[in-house]
Amino acid sequence: MSATTGNAATPVNSASGTAAVLDVRSISMNFGGLRALNEVDLQVRLGEIVALIGPNGAGKTTFFNCITGIYVPTEGTVHVTPRDGRTVTVNGLKASQVTELGMSRTFQNIRLFPTMSVLENVMIGRHCRTRAGILGALLRDSRTRAEEQRIVEESYALLKSVNLHQHYKDQARNLPYGAQRRLEIARALATDPFLLCLDEPAAGMNPQETHELKELVIEIRERHQLSVLLIEHDMSMVMSLSDRIYVMEYGSKIAEGTPEEVSKNPRVIKAYLGEESHA
Amino acid sequence: MQGLKKSILVSLWFMFLTFPLMVIRIDSLNGTIDWRWENMLGMGAGSFVLSFVWRFMMARKEAGRAAAAGGVMSARGAWFERLRSDPKAAVPALAVILAVFLVLPWLVSTYQTNIMISALLYVMLGLGLNIVVGLSGQLVLGYVAFYAVGAYSYAILNSNFGLGFWSVLPIGGAMAALFGILLGFPVLRLRGDYLAIVTLGFGEIIRLVLENWSDFSQGPSGIANIDRPGLFGTQLSVSDATTYIYYLILAAVIVTIVAVTRLKNSRIGRAWQALREDEIACQAMGIDITTTKLTAFALGACWAGFAGVIFAAKTTFINPASFTFLESAMVLAMVVLGGMGSVIGVSVGALVLILLPEYLRAFSEYRMLIFGATMVLMMVFRPQGLVSPGRTKYNVPDAEGAGAAAARPAAGGNA
Repeated sequence: MSATTGNAATPVNSASGTAAVLDVRSISMNFGGLRALNEVDLQVRLGEIVALIGPNGAGKTTFFNCITGIYVPTEGTVHVTPRDGRTVTVNGLKASQVTELGMSRTFQNIRLFPTMSVLENVMIGRHCRTRAGILGALLRDSRTRAEEQRIVEESYALLKSVNLHQHYKDQARNLPYGAQRRLEIARALATDPFLLCLDEPAAGMNPQETHELKELVIEIRERHQLSVLLIEHDMSMVMSLSDRIYVMEYGSKIAEGTPEEVSKNPRVIKAYLGEESHA
Repeated sequence: MQGLKKSILVSLWFMFLTFPLMVIRIDSLNGTIDWRWENMLGMGAGSFVLSFVWRFMMARKEAGRAAAAGGVMSARGAWFERLRSDPKAAVPALAVILAVFLVLPWLVSTYQTNIMISALLYVMLGLGLNIVVGLSGQLVLGYVAFYAVGAYSYAILNSNFGLGFWSVLPIGGAMAALFGILLGFPVLRLRGDYLAIVTLGFGEIIRLVLENWSDFSQGPSGIANIDRPGLFGTQLSVSDATTYIYYLILAAVIVTIVAVTRLKNSRIGRAWQALREDEIACQAMGIDITTTKLTAFALGACWAGFAGVIFAAKTTFINPASFTFLESAMVLAMVVLGGMGSVIGVSVGALVLILLPEYLRAFSEYRMLIFGATMVLMMVFRPQGLVSPGRTKYNVPDAEGAGAAAARPAAGGNA
């Protein structure tokens, strides 16, 4: 666990200098005549927590969908460098292949598997890291059984790390809202990501829950040695958690930098923080 | 009391509505009017009682739902849960059921055995469709097409090439699975109602081809004199052959139950369920939905193919009339009525839906009416089906019930 209340702009493993695990070069996304993304660049380095902020409709979630394979960007390239060190072009791959490479995400409006149990939800995350096929399922040989047991144990350990293990038998839809958010993070972690993309993880949470979530994200980064890309509206969380911040408006990037730099940037204040006199 | 008042109002309204029909009768011979007030009384009492029972059942259903949400289970539910989760209770219960099925052909007539055979065939079909509809959530309405593929595989290979039952059984399954994949490819992007309509069309195409391509399938007149399954070359009398087929289909059903249960609790089965719950999240969790859907289609179709081969061997005569849309609808009704995703539920649903109309022959004129009313009432009061799917048990590292969990590591559970 790292410092809890201080601002995380001084992370344990300062990220500057290490190679980018995610390198997005001027991607654009057109929906018919609408240009939802306009030549956006973004880099996430190893161990960094990067936030993507911007007013509603700025194109943040579209950006997420483009880099995780839900959409195919109209122009530009997305490169990732998984743990094994090779660099792979992501755009054009299926969402499942992107996840298999090690880029995992959560959703703005929670998308759990509602009638499956909490444990099973996490177990699904292990799918792409395990191999048992139809024959294994039918014969249930010792290797398949061992793999199943390993999936159960790994998933349970992940549930424990987000403090949901007492609920492992419950249906996911019966969990309280905050717990569903944590379960979604645990499920994403089960895919063994090197980059975790969180789409508004604190949406709808009270200040106490937001605070716990912040600590959880820091803890996850330490324990799993991963980078985090985060979309968030909660300014106090973004400012205290992120190493760097990208700001988008109308589909274009308008600023990037450390929280201090961004919060002083006149364009950002005008476009985003401006009238609110917030922060 | 609110309910009582409403029921009285309902009965008054019905008395008023049926007044011209039930009370007034014009006697045209004498030119007088009969006032049959007693009918009105009967009508009122009847609608009062029915409305009151309806209201009572609805209230009970709501209460049950509230209790379930609060984690309290009714005594009846607890009893059933214990039966299927506690091996001490489940094993003897299963043994008794198995014993009953084993001795059945010696206790009842050949006719009854035949009914049982078709019921068990439908259990197999229901369980196969359960993979596609219940587990992976793909609504398929043309399931009987795969059944036809299996049946015709055996009929044609047997009558043209003299291949026996046992060699065609895997071929029939494989053929059906191939058709499952063929159907799967074009419908990968469809879901819900669109998928249902396309598969409905597919089922009709198969049937129409069989009906019209006389050189291949001998058209509507069908294929006759198909060999019964052999038993080491011995000749069996008709009643012995029926008994033999009964045991064969019983074994096939047991194999199906084991296979579907194991699939359900496997990595693949979980992926199917995730696909049913949320397709986007499923992809985002690294599951390739193309292969997952295709395996579901192929395996579901495969079981229909096996059932088709057995069906052709049982009846020794098949024609396209056995493979109409009504059959698909019946199998789907079994899955929905029994409880989607539940192996026990679908088996019970199939037995009920086949045996109920058989044994309702005593009320021959009303049997379809009773049948239909039962279905409607089921869907109103128990939309989740007879049996809701059981939860798989996992042997987690520090579970509170370590003793119970130690019985079988992750062997997982119940249907």
